Amino acid sequence: MDPLLIFIQSLNGLQLGVMLFLMAAGLTLVFGVMNLINLAHGSLYMMGAYLAATIQQHTGSFLLAVLLAIPLTTMLGMLVEVVALRKLYRRDHLDQVLATFALILFFNELVRIIWGPQAYFMAVPGLLSGYITILPGVTYPVFRLVIIGVGLAVALLLYFIIARTRLGMLIRAGATNREMVGALGVNIKLLYTIVFGLGAALAGLAGMMAGPILSVEVGMGESIIILTFVVIVIGGIGSIRGALIASMLVGVADTFGRVLLPPALASMVIYILMATVLYWRPQGLFPAHG
Amino acid sequence: MSKRLIMLVAGLFLVWGSSAYAAEQLKVGYIATMSGPAASLGTDILDGFKLGIKHCGDKLGDMPVELVVGDDQLKPDVGVQVASRMIEKDKVDIVTGIVFSNVMMAVAKPITDAGIFLVSGNAGPSPLAGKGCLPNFFAVSWQNDQTHEAMGKYLQDQGVKTLYLMAPNYQAGKDGLAGVKRYFKGEIVGEVYTKINQPDYAAELAQLRAAKPEAVFVFYPGGMGINFVKQYAQSGLKEEIPLYTTAFTLDQSVLQAMGDAALGLKNSSFWSPDLKNPANEKFVADFKATYNRIPSLFAAQGYDAALLIDSAVRAVNGDLSDQDKLREAFKKADFKSVRGDFKFNNNHFPIQDFYIRQVVKNEDGVLTNKLLGIAFKDHADAYATQCEMK
Repeated sequence: MDPLLIFIQSLNGLQLGVMLFLMAAGLTLVFGVMNLINLAHGSLYMMGAYLAATIQQHTGSFLLAVLLAIPLTTMLGMLVEVVALRKLYRRDHLDQVLATFALILFFNELVRIIWGPQAYFMAVPGLLSGYITILPGVTYPVFRLVIIGVGLAVALLLYFIIARTRLGMLIRAGATNREMVGALGVNIKLLYTIVFGLGAALAGLAGMMAGPILSVEVGMGESIIILTFVVIVIGGIGSIRGALIASMLVGVADTFGRVLLPPALASMVIYILMATVLYWRPQGLFPAHG
Repeated sequence: MSKRLIMLVAGLFLVWGSSAYAAEQLKVGYIATMSGPAASLGTDILDGFKLGIKHCGDKLGDMPVELVVGDDQLKPDVGVQVASRMIEKDKVDIVTGIVFSNVMMAVAKPITDAGIFLVSGNAGPSPLAGKGCLPNFFAVSWQNDQTHEAMGKYLQDQGVKTLYLMAPNYQAGKDGLAGVKRYFKGEIVGEVYTKINQPDYAAELAQLRAAKPEAVFVFYPGGMGINFVKQYAQSGLKEEIPLYTTAFTLDQSVLQAMGDAALGLKNSSFWSPDLKNPANEKFVADFKATYNRIPSLFAAQGYDAALLIDSAVRAVNGDLSDQDKLREAFKKADFKSVRGDFKFNNNHFPIQDFYIRQVVKNEDGVLTNKLLGIAFKDHADAYATQCEMK
């Protein structure tokens, strides 16, 4: 493969990686802090895409769509947490998987009732459409560069929140030892709702960024949620840093696997990667629990 | 056994018995994928089928119709369950629908073995067209390879020298590309199979650009097609290398979700909403009036399925007991198809014309397909000679 092609494929891998990171960051926090397996995380991604696509359709502005749809998905996530998930924290993982799988069915049917069974259109915002020449002879779609930029910015912001704020301190404490945080008098219910809302916001943002390049359709969340689980298992459950590094690894491995290997082998690459990592480090790369 | 239980069982038998000897009524079972991401196909065929019943005077073959609808969930085993329920409990006379080939392969035998006629509204898998052809099976749609063959022929006629092929890694994807290669004789510079339901194609598109083909052919139905076509345009490839595909990728039901990325793309099909014949003009106009949207090719197939059943049942005066007579009546295909000329081959698959269409914006600004020209006249499928039926 010539060097320019390797460069472009690396960008593609990076872009897939940041997309996965947006999803994985929320999922790993929810799993790590609340010990909840949330299969319906992909539904929040889908809802983010649908909400943004609808607002964009009516206002014509992508920026406005994102600015409005993020708080909407956050509130939706918090609502789901308060109404349904709160009852599941003390149950075992099988109950959680069953209940959150039911939520996937619920959201898919809801979308079908509101938006219909056919896929929904979301345009690439005018300013960001087209492609630019990043190196002589190498063009790349502008919007995909924007996705990379947004993803990295979110990673920085999350790093700041987790490492430098009181909320971040509580989240880190919660991921390490839930009971102790509760015993120290922290309002654990509120903390859970906030963490879940944060995860929903990130999933929604991922959906909004995916909307213009992918088909906004019922079931779009299911195609990304499996990869996301792979990412958080590789990265170590509850660890944002692990999620970031694992997403990049998975993004690049998947991209180059698809290009260099026959299809049957290519679809196994990330699972082989996961098995290898787990063999050497059963807790993942950066486990949050001590 | 308690007295009540005996009463209940006796009562059940009474009800069952009476329904088996119901009044002069045609019971049609409709099995299709009605839930999940591919649900819009099943509902489209059903909408077309219902409009067909309406145009036949709310009857089929002068008999009042009772429609039993079942969802196969795109799972062959569920399809078989639904089919056996329709055969044993509902006692349907005819079954139609069936979107996906894998479901069709599972239900075709049990349904036809029960002496019931099966009219495929979509799926046309090659085994049923060749050695495994069935006397009670009729496909009112097409054989899977035919539409792809039409585009292969067109690319050959255009003098394209080098072609790059892409499809999802499953049977229909491989059949599709095999269909193209049957008629395209130039050089294939790349043949890529991607994981089914893969959402992002950035990596494959970079490889494609590096291969510098003269043209690209892809088969990506449904949501995969929306993703691919949008990303092809966004990468700037649309202006560099022309993209060709079939109607399954650029169908009416997905065009609006693609937006301008689909504009100008060429695809092959047995039908188009602007096909000029009285039956089609009436169908398209009434479909728009009834459902407030332009019909897809799936709706057109559903409509034709209703008209075919109507013609066959009418020809035997509603007497479905003589299977041979009914089969002859089906075989004649004595109805006005929305595609114009239509006849069945020895394997009960259609011999029909195939066209090349282009995506345009109509006067209302809605994306739709417009006829460009004809690729095949009276095209028969490649498997008919392997079928032993006359």
